[in-house]
Amino acid sequence: MQKNLFFPDGIGFHSYAAVGGCEEGRGPVGRGFDLIDDTDRFGAGTWEKAESEICRLSLNLALKKGKIDAGQISILAAGDLENQCVASAYGLAPFNIPYLGLYGACSTLTEGLIAVSCHLAAAGGDEGLFGAVVTSSHNAAAERQFRTPLEYGAQRTPSAQWTATAGGAFLLRPSHGKARITAVMPGRIRDGEVTDGANMGAAMAPAAADSILSYFEKCGENPEDYDLILTGDLGRVGSDLLREILDEKYAGKKHALSDRHDDCGLNLYDFDLQDVHAGGSGCGCSAAVLAAKFLPAVERGEIRRMLLLSTGALMSPSSIQQKLPILGIAPLVRIEYRA
Amino acid sequence: MEQNDNSQKDILFSVRRENYAERVKRHTPPSALAPDCLKAFLIGGGISALGELLAFLYRSLSVREEQVYPLVTVTLIFLSALLTGIGVYDRIARHAGAGTLIPVTGFANAVVSPAIDTKSEGPIVGVGAKIFTVAGPVILYATLAGAIYGAIYFLIGIFA
Repeated sequence: MQKNLFFPDGIGFHSYAAVGGCEEGRGPVGRGFDLIDDTDRFGAGTWEKAESEICRLSLNLALKKGKIDAGQISILAAGDLENQCVASAYGLAPFNIPYLGLYGACSTLTEGLIAVSCHLAAAGGDEGLFGAVVTSSHNAAAERQFRTPLEYGAQRTPSAQWTATAGGAFLLRPSHGKARITAVMPGRIRDGEVTDGANMGAAMAPAAADSILSYFEKCGENPEDYDLILTGDLGRVGSDLLREILDEKYAGKKHALSDRHDDCGLNLYDFDLQDVHAGGSGCGCSAAVLAAKFLPAVERGEIRRMLLLSTGALMSPSSIQQKLPILGIAPLVRIEYRA
Repeated sequence: MEQNDNSQKDILFSVRRENYAERVKRHTPPSALAPDCLKAFLIGGGISALGELLAFLYRSLSVREEQVYPLVTVTLIFLSALLTGIGVYDRIARHAGAGTLIPVTGFANAVVSPAIDTKSEGPIVGVGAKIFTVAGPVILYATLAGAIYGAIYFLIGIFA
């Protein structure tokens, strides 16, 4: 049975940081990044090491901004897109923090926020507790692993998305801060029977729709009470599909849900200037956009209540080659402004 | 638990019932066929024209006729490998599609790009093992087709 968990005092965002590469820095949220490396290399010799550097740098920046020491953090949940999640492991090993390696594809951010806020709540919800979530992705490392060699002359279809070279780190602290996680709900795996690896948005849209509809059905809240329903990386195709499904399901309150919808993958790049086709994707996409754009807006009180659903496409290169459907997942967290 | 699952089934069921595949098709923009074809024709044709130009050049340098076209091929392969190495070829290919895939330059790009990519895993399990990951099928089936063609040619030679 799917269950919403509520945290009355909330698990707050103590501090957070976003790190990005060249294209991400040039995008509309570029100014919100704490660090941008125009070479995409982050001083590392390989793309995989560069992604580990993104993890390390984002956590370092979040610690610095929050003025706390790594030793004060009791749990660190992290994940990325590299095989066996090694980018996070190598990048975060030096911090010596108790570690949970997660894999939820691009939904890892919300998955991590759920895991860490539950841990902090179960540990007593004491204000002195700290937890951290870090997720990252690197375009070059992902292309190499999931698609074709970087310099290979392939043509991308309009529905294909661009894996973000980005990462974000979030330090969570119970009953503290202006932006707080007040409810969480894990998603269920949904199969839209999409087998096209270049159309991940379509594969994930049913999972996002499922989580949103089931959340509102269970908690009895009104979509009108929300300023924003933010998905991770549905991109253009997935966002269109999601809005259409939501509109049909909420026919009585036309566009109540779809009007409030936005997608991190639609925010990361400038569609007119950057050749990103259907939008951004990757574990780093929702992390970076949340840290660079939406959390600051919550802290300023511009967004008073929002849902965040990072969306994940569960598949591997082998499962795609074996023509298995791409499964979708969309865990959900509610973030609220507290004065 | 039962009660809870019903609502879930409803959401999923409706996705299936309304034929989600149809819906996806409706929302997925098609590739721009006409401009893509035109770009492929112009860039692919440009590569072929460059080949002819090179042939003309080699002839004017009094290269022996049977060596002209092998030299043209080698030159195009070199240029493609060079452009792949400096990160330009994939940018052209993004527009050209089959225009850069079909000529011999596409084959060179398919061999050089995995070689660059897998350098980080070393010369044996990296470059050595992975260099033909893209071009491998072409090499295998071209060799196979050559062998079959040879066998047929041989048999015809016996009976003719």
